[in-house]
Amino acid sequence: MKTVINNYIREGMFPNIWCPGCGNGIVLGAIIRAIDDLNWDKDKIVAVSGIGCSSRITGYVDFCTMNTTHGRALPFATGIKMANPDLKVIVVMGDGDCSAIGGNHFIHAARRNIDLTAIIINNMIYGMTGGQYSPLTPTGKFGSTAPYGNIDQSFDLCELAIAAGASYVARGTVYNPRQSTSLIKNALDKKGFSVVEIISDCPVSYGKMNKMKSPVDMLKWIKDITVSKKVWEGLSPDEKKEKYAIGEFLSKDRPDYTELYEEIIKKAQERGGNK
Amino acid sequence: MKQKKLLEVYQNNSVKISVRREWCKSCGICIEFCPKDVLVPDDQQKPIPENIDACIKCGLCELRCPDFAITVEGVEEKDE
Amino acid sequence: MNNLKKKKNIKLLQGNEACAEGALLAGVKFFAGYPITPSSEIAENMARKLPKIGGKFIQMEDEIASMAAVIGASIAGLKSLTATSGPGMCLKQENLGFAIINEIPCVVVNAQRGGPSTGLPTKPSQGDMMQARWGTHGDHPIIALAPSTVNEILTLTIKAFNFSEKYRTPVILLLDEVIAHMREKVEIPAPENIEVINRKKPTVPPEEYLPFKPDEDGVPPMANFGEGYRYHITGLIHNYKGLPTSNSQEIDAFIRRLHNKIQKNIKDIIIYEKYSLDDAKIALIAYGSVARAAERTVKLAREEGLKVGLLKLLTIWPFPFEEVNRLAQQVDLIIVPEMNLGQIVLEAERAAQGKCRVVPYGRVDGELINPIEILGKIWEEIRK
Repeated sequence: MKTVINNYIREGMFPNIWCPGCGNGIVLGAIIRAIDDLNWDKDKIVAVSGIGCSSRITGYVDFCTMNTTHGRALPFATGIKMANPDLKVIVVMGDGDCSAIGGNHFIHAARRNIDLTAIIINNMIYGMTGGQYSPLTPTGKFGSTAPYGNIDQSFDLCELAIAAGASYVARGTVYNPRQSTSLIKNALDKKGFSVVEIISDCPVSYGKMNKMKSPVDMLKWIKDITVSKKVWEGLSPDEKKEKYAIGEFLSKDRPDYTELYEEIIKKAQERGGNK
Repeated sequence: MKQKKLLEVYQNNSVKISVRREWCKSCGICIEFCPKDVLVPDDQQKPIPENIDACIKCGLCELRCPDFAITVEGVEEKDE
Repeated sequence: MNNLKKKKNIKLLQGNEACAEGALLAGVKFFAGYPITPSSEIAENMARKLPKIGGKFIQMEDEIASMAAVIGASIAGLKSLTATSGPGMCLKQENLGFAIINEIPCVVVNAQRGGPSTGLPTKPSQGDMMQARWGTHGDHPIIALAPSTVNEILTLTIKAFNFSEKYRTPVILLLDEVIAHMREKVEIPAPENIEVINRKKPTVPPEEYLPFKPDEDGVPPMANFGEGYRYHITGLIHNYKGLPTSNSQEIDAFIRRLHNKIQKNIKDIIIYEKYSLDDAKIALIAYGSVARAAERTVKLAREEGLKVGLLKLLTIWPFPFEEVNRLAQQVDLIIVPEMNLGQIVLEAERAAQGKCRVVPYGRVDGELINPIEILGKIWEEIRK
């Protein structure tokens, strides 16, 4: 059973470390299929992750890969991209990783519009550490540190990315792997900072605390809470509170940071001297 | 009961479904969301394409498998 | 023309400028930083000069991100620098550990100011000596250098890059506010007179490359990302392949190797200077701007008939244990003046192994230690 997947994974690392039914593997598959569609040279792809279950993704793919520190994947990736703009740099983060400890890096990477693709696997919980609530846990849901329900308001990560200046923003789910693959492909292909949030399932930490006993229950729930962007726009404000829009929200062209820096190099060299 | 292999291949004359049992973690996603109810769980909750003839090769089981443990391939009609 | 060629390139430079000059001579191509007094001039110089040579400068959103970007750029093949002061150094610790465990060459400058916390932004201190050694968590080695003149800032910045590339380790350059901001005459060496060391590359084809398998010197060859060698880097303890391991033998061998690659090369790494130590009965051990005062103290003491000498440390970590031990056998008293309440003195005391008295002389009021007060301390100890 050879598929495109086999051309891109470190087979010796499988079966993967994730719990049964974990969406991380579905997202991994979507990323690989998107890259295969683009026919990129594996030697020129760098995948960077932070810390958390999702960050283990980088260990499984046969590129130059880097599992960095919690929340810091984007600044590591920024250094790599600045140093060698020919590299295709993909950053995979979890929701806590990206939006809590890495929140500042996220908005600044978007502001600079540096040519990176950020894929955020949003399972709405800190899975690896045992189910603590994250900035993307919906209000009212439960976590090991929200035993009476979460009173925090969650971020809409896509709106945050748009406001901060990203070039491409989309949201998919692990229930819709075909759509997610195509959104990731668009994001990878986009010059500038591109963001794809994938709503995913953590049956063990999130599911069990929120009355969903199995991966199947979780995928059904994800199906129920998501609607297309078009349907979303027709919902009342109250209905919107219960749903997530999925699809492509933004695709615009703005010079990416590495291109702009090439202009700086030109200017500096034209000016000459050593002052 | 017959011991199953690490890789089980099921085939009819239009489709080949392979299950990499050593990677499968019995999550049940492929079985539940198969639009044609092709798959049924075995005693370890791993998928068996009992209704393989109903398969429309949509590939959703493969795309949704978190463990790269199931694949669906079309079987080429032989030119004769 | 000939005359012009031979003419020495002498400049009046600020310490931070000399650091930037040294970095450029060593081949720096990337700088990421965040503004902080008293180190900002290094960033400003880099912002101006790096693009002229096709290098890259980026001002990141914080110190954590700066350290991360520096590591990323180094992995992608560029010699990389960041500069900060105490509060920023605290933030850098997280990814400094990542650079250590993944053996990523880079140079981190800490222009020390008074602390703790925001402390004394515009006044000097040597309060971060132990932070340099143990600031990031876990059992790890580090190389830290401490220049005491503007000229030494230039030469030690080059050394710092060379050590980082040769031993695949981050190197910390410890300045203090005084030498960072002081202006002195600096002789800029001609590029052909400078030894520049570059990381060694793998000689095997990609399919045979084990990114963390050391050569005999304990240092693994380093393939930059994008050069056709696909491999994994992780902050987890890893095996030769770079993949996480929980095998206790592999873990033990890995941590010991990180230490040994530095420890086995201390002869190359440890740099110091001796002043009037041949017949000395009292030794001063000093570093950074305090070493300037101590040098003067030696002259004053000699005029008063005291046999005083100075061991000026340029390498702080690894600590020159053997040299201090030998010194302790020769002299009756070692005094360690430093702008803290006793950090390097502890190491000196450990190295002396009770063979002579080792006493601290500390100042933490944001003022420099002057030669007269060190002399006063010498007399005070003699009269005890």
